Amino acid sequence: MLDAPEGYTTEDGRKIGGVVMEMKNITLRFGGVVAIKDISFDIREGEIRAIIGPNGAGKSSMLNVISGFYNPQEGEVWYKGAKRPPMKPYQVARQGIARTFQNIALFDGMSVLDNIMTGRIRQMNAGLFSQALWKGRAEREEVENRGAVEKIIDFLEIQHIRKTPVGRLPYGLKKRVELARALAAEPSILLLDEPMAGMNVEEKEDMSRFVLDVNDEFGTTIVLIEHDMGVVMDLSDRVVVMDYGRKIGDGTPDEVRTNQAVIDAYLGVAHD
Amino acid sequence: MFYREAGDFKTSYVDDGQTFPIRFDRYRYYAVLVVAFAVVPFVINDYWVNSIFLPFLIYAIAAIGLNILTGYCGQVSLGTGGFMAVGAYACYKFMTGVDIWIGGEQYALPPINIFFSVILAGIVTAFVGMLFGLPSLRIKGFYLAVATLAAQFFLVWLFNKWEWSFNYSASGQINAPERGVFGVAVTGPNTHAWAAYLFCLVFLTILAIMARNLTRGSMGRKWMAIRDMDIAAEIIGVNPLRAKLSAFAVSSFYIGIAGALFFAVYLGAAEVGEAFGISKSFLVLFMVIVGGLGSVFGSFAGAAFLVLLPVLLKNVLVSGLGWPTDLAAHLEIMIVGGLIVTFLILEPHGLAQLWRVIKEKLRLWPFPH
Repeated sequence: MLDAPEGYTTEDGRKIGGVVMEMKNITLRFGGVVAIKDISFDIREGEIRAIIGPNGAGKSSMLNVISGFYNPQEGEVWYKGAKRPPMKPYQVARQGIARTFQNIALFDGMSVLDNIMTGRIRQMNAGLFSQALWKGRAEREEVENRGAVEKIIDFLEIQHIRKTPVGRLPYGLKKRVELARALAAEPSILLLDEPMAGMNVEEKEDMSRFVLDVNDEFGTTIVLIEHDMGVVMDLSDRVVVMDYGRKIGDGTPDEVRTNQAVIDAYLGVAHD
Repeated sequence: MFYREAGDFKTSYVDDGQTFPIRFDRYRYYAVLVVAFAVVPFVINDYWVNSIFLPFLIYAIAAIGLNILTGYCGQVSLGTGGFMAVGAYACYKFMTGVDIWIGGEQYALPPINIFFSVILAGIVTAFVGMLFGLPSLRIKGFYLAVATLAAQFFLVWLFNKWEWSFNYSASGQINAPERGVFGVAVTGPNTHAWAAYLFCLVFLTILAIMARNLTRGSMGRKWMAIRDMDIAAEIIGVNPLRAKLSAFAVSSFYIGIAGALFFAVYLGAAEVGEAFGISKSFLVLFMVIVGGLGSVFGSFAGAAFLVLLPVLLKNVLVSGLGWPTDLAAHLEIMIVGGLIVTFLILEPHGLAQLWRVIKEKLRLWPFPH
């Protein structure tokens, strides 16, 4: 079923499309350290794709390659059927790839609303003069985008903290605001770097629900790094397993679960 | 009792996003505008204008400019004095007619109206500011402050040595000739106090409203994103080059206009090292810090604080207590310095934060529960 080029329908009836992004033989080095070694995998439209692996396996580096933060020394990134030239992160963002961070990276001095509005930079192009006079395009864009942002605020149930400075919020809510900011960009691919790290069970359930809802409602492709195996196995359609910068497994959660290399990486092997 | 949001329902995003969402605030703002434009010009005299109103209005423009760069975009600058000098000298050239050489022949452009000279001076300064803002792409914080310090020293040196910039005058000074708007002189010795005041007030009002609009819109959010977390800003699509350079450009535009007004309307004659030295840079930076980083109101408050306090102290010490002028002048500096330090310890986020706290309290007053 995973070989179907036109996509397929999952057991619970979600439509998964063709390949939207493909990583081909990516190698990333920092000086002498090889962070990622010859990794290839693809991401299909509309799926939830997890990247898992022990600490230091290169998962976050992989995400940084996708979001343009690192340019790999070898290998190619193909996006929407075209090879992507080396790009700056803001150029990648403009192509419709949004992300959240492992350590929350919100703008602490701004309100929740302003943080999420900042996510809509791609949709706001009024010139300096229009903005200075608050007339014409600037005002129109502000109102239109505010409407879109309010939908996301509703969706993630953070209406009550709309005008609160982000610095005052508790951890769980900050994570949710960061998701909102990424969503505001209306991305075609959403990269989530450990969205449930440091959360209690209840918050994890909330977050999982939001991730599923985002995927279901907006059809957003999601690439997810997560350590909680229960969450990963429940949420994702396909899983890439990394260890020491290498890919050691790729497939559905069930396939990965029974993969001997994966079990060895997580449980360790006896050296004899 | 009057200062509250209750019952003041917003039914559109435009209403919700306005500058003064609380009705009482809005009326207070209109009242201040009416007093500033329709009452003050009729009651002020030369002393009030020259020692209080003009410096306040002009420094407020400079403080808003620096606040855009330092408070909103997080790029520390110590080049304010140098950029004010660019504004002043550019304004001087425009109001006396720029002379240019094309193929060995000298052509002089006709003098430009003082209003447009000031605006053009701002635009010239914006470009100079962008040029000196280029290092900000690679360096941050204190290191950037040092780089802008280089701008300060270089520009002062330039206007000392480059004779074209002061029209080859023997003294090296620039003198503002008499120029007017609608037949009313706003520069030169025959200027009436009210005309100079209104001229600066018009600039300040328009520029302050524009600053507020810029900082509450998408441009301001880009600046603040860069200030708060530049990596995240880039990841969500802010081009750091354009965001930082636009902050430098807008900020320098404001500071250039402040410099032009400072020279043409307030001083009348200026020598660059004297009028636009490093102490100017620090003075405006103090205004921004005391007033509150990242707040247009804070720029006003900071400018008022640092302009009014010395005048007030002088009046109290010399006129009130009858101290000798020279003793008072020295003590005044010490007291102002001490007050700034005390104030910053008590309220590190400046007067704007103090104002915010008062407003929070006022919303509940007189029923705190």
